Amino acid sequence: MAVADLNAATRPAPATPFQAALKDAALVALVAMALAGPIVGLQTVDRGGSLTVDARFAEVAVGIVIVFFGRLGLALSDRGLRLPSYGIAAGLAAAGFLLPWPTDLLGVLAIAAGAALVIRGLAGQYGAHRQSKAALATETDEEKADRLRRLFTRGLGFLLLAAAVLLPMMPFANSYILDTAIRVLTYMMLAWGLNIVIGLAGLLDLGYVAFYAVGAYTYALLSKDHGFGFWGALPLSGLFAASFGVLLGFPVLRLRGDYLAIVTLGFGEIIRIVLLNWTNFSGGPNGIGSIPRLTFFGHPFVRNAPEGVVPFHQLFGLDFSPLHRSIFFFYLILVLALVVNVFTIRIRRLPVGRAWEALREDEIACRALGINPTNTKLTAFAIGAMFAGFAGSFFATTQSFVSPESFTFLESAMILAIVVLGGMGSQLGVALAAILVIGLTEAFRGLAEYRMLVFGLGMVLIMIWRPRGLLSHRDPTILINSGKGVRP
Amino acid sequence: MSRPLLTVEHLTMRFGGLTAINDVSFEAQAGHITAVIGPNGAGKTTVFNCLTGFYKPTVGRLTLTRPGSDQSFLLERLDDFRITKTAGVARTFQNIRLFTGMSVLENLMVAQHNRLMRASGYSLLGLAGWPSFRKAEAEAVEKARFWLNRTGLIARADEPAGSLPYGDQRRLEIARAMCTDPALLCLDEPAAGLNPRESAELNALLLMIRNDYGVGLLLIEHDMSVVMEISDHIVVLDYGRKIAEGTPAQIKANPDVIRAYLGEDDEAEGAVA
Ligand SMILES: Nc1ncnc2c1ncn2[C@@H]1O[C@H](COP(=O)(O)OP(=O)(O)OP(=O)(O)O)[C@@H](O)[C@H]1O
Ligand SMILES: [Mg+2]
Repeated sequence: MAVADLNAATRPAPATPFQAALKDAALVALVAMALAGPIVGLQTVDRGGSLTVDARFAEVAVGIVIVFFGRLGLALSDRGLRLPSYGIAAGLAAAGFLLPWPTDLLGVLAIAAGAALVIRGLAGQYGAHRQSKAALATETDEEKADRLRRLFTRGLGFLLLAAAVLLPMMPFANSYILDTAIRVLTYMMLAWGLNIVIGLAGLLDLGYVAFYAVGAYTYALLSKDHGFGFWGALPLSGLFAASFGVLLGFPVLRLRGDYLAIVTLGFGEIIRIVLLNWTNFSGGPNGIGSIPRLTFFGHPFVRNAPEGVVPFHQLFGLDFSPLHRSIFFFYLILVLALVVNVFTIRIRRLPVGRAWEALREDEIACRALGINPTNTKLTAFAIGAMFAGFAGSFFATTQSFVSPESFTFLESAMILAIVVLGGMGSQLGVALAAILVIGLTEAFRGLAEYRMLVFGLGMVLIMIWRPRGLLSHRDPTILINSGKGVRP
Repeated sequence: MSRPLLTVEHLTMRFGGLTAINDVSFEAQAGHITAVIGPNGAGKTTVFNCLTGFYKPTVGRLTLTRPGSDQSFLLERLDDFRITKTAGVARTFQNIRLFTGMSVLENLMVAQHNRLMRASGYSLLGLAGWPSFRKAEAEAVEKARFWLNRTGLIARADEPAGSLPYGDQRRLEIARAMCTDPALLCLDEPAAGLNPRESAELNALLLMIRNDYGVGLLLIEHDMSVVMEISDHIVVLDYGRKIAEGTPAQIKANPDVIRAYLGEDDEAEGAVA
């Protein structure tokens, strides 16, 4: 605002900020026209052996309109008119989703422009907010802000939890929504598990999906070939994955940083390739199918159960619905994910959790304080692996089919992206990032090959806006001066 | 007379062709401040790194005997973290190494890791919130509070250690080392970068640690006002060799020491003081 006023004062004919923004946008649109006209507007086409030039007016016109509105939004945002800017962003995004575009890419561009406007606006607001706060900063203000922030994160956490618990009861909860939610929660659980390894202990593990695979295959073999039920196979799969963690961790955890990352990356691939080639054991590329589906404590989710077995819907006197199974899976993964979350929150306040964080900060200082670095890292590695194993079991029983294809490096990268995006070490941040990452890739499914482009763009923008992740604030695990005495 | 707290015998450390320490022997007593001085590059920090297991000495025997027990530890055979954990040697670093992102109090809690780890039943009892663990944790906080009061850091206990001013960080590192309950405390240039007032406070703190806790202190320091005022015994190194040893008065008068500090010029007597 202040800048715009100043500009206005020095000019002979005072222009309102809105007029100035319009002028700016028109200018940029003109430039875009000059550039896009020949580059986009003319297309050479091979017609019966001879090259002809086609004009693509629609594409150019639409592109220029997007550029005009995008620039207008930016200019307005910079002049302090954030609300109209957000309006334009919403308009662009809606148009991107709804209008029939000459090519898909233009629609994606419109949506991306809208997203960029929102991010720019929020970043501007945040900066202004911080500046005004810094100007008034006194001790009490800082404390107040701290309390507010804590209240906000806690509130948001409860809100998310409530939303998750209520989701299956909503009228719009169809099987697609539930399956997506299950995917989000599975990734959330995996990311929370990896967060122990990377976020707390600072060990860059690029092969985390290997433990997920170990859990899934262990579950598949135990339940299919050895007749284990879910509640028996789940802990065993977790323990087995944890032993794999120890086995791998023992030789490699003395490596640091990049070296550890490369070795774990290799380990992830080795596991996948072994599963792919050891056909007798793992079924090779065909995987393992018809893994017994999870039942509701002995009551299967089927319309017609075999003799002597009561299906779930009869047990509760309901009509059969395929949704019941999804709802049960949803609550199960919710509980599993919450177990990981609560465990992490608690262990962070125990000596071992503090030692993890200390190791992340300075391993040499830890050694000088008598902390055994190998054992401490190993526990982080094993616990992270165990949770991946639990998630793998869940995956195996819900899909009733496992194959090496589900455990590629891309999965590790996805989980890692969620952890980094969320803010390493922040539980709530990781939850938000899981929703964002999986939700967005689902939402853009219609864009087919551009989906990953949008995903990458989103990542880049968020990393520019919040380089340390969505929520990067670290709360101490214990306080001594909080007025209430010691609060662990 | 009982055995000395620390005996260093024929300590030699070579890095390739460079002999950083050459056949150095000395002793340090419990309840004494033993200073190790010498020009830059004399090998002082290397002695500490050998004592605390970060380097394995090429030759030499390092024996630590905890007062009140007859058990001796051969430090050159122990892993670095075991030297602190079982033999009771704690150290600070020439370039401060705090856990900067963690709070001041958390730094002191991490220092009590081994005891708390046992009390938490290797985390199992801790996860369940077992009363005996809660009690042990409360005791750990009390110990931290004690050292925070002694070092004047209690008001900033909940702030990130990295946000403290330089002098406070130096004191915090000493407090953190003391929280490991050491028998021998090795301080690598604790007065570096301190202003005169802070330096005087540091002297008082070190004397308190010596007098009240019977801890043996090994002190590397360039600031001669500190060294001469509080040391009981001084070891002088030059180019990796021990060139002199004695009380502050003896060292001040020692011509070899003066030469090492000032080159071949013998005139500037008392410049060390
Ligand atoms: N890891 C190492 N590898 C090779 N040379 C080393 C190593 N550590 C120390 N040195 C060498 O050993 C010699 C003694 O170094 P040291 O750090 O012990 O000196 P210092 O007495 O602590 O000096 P200052 O007063 O500057 O701290 C130096 O020449 C140094 O370069
Ligand atoms: Mg040194």
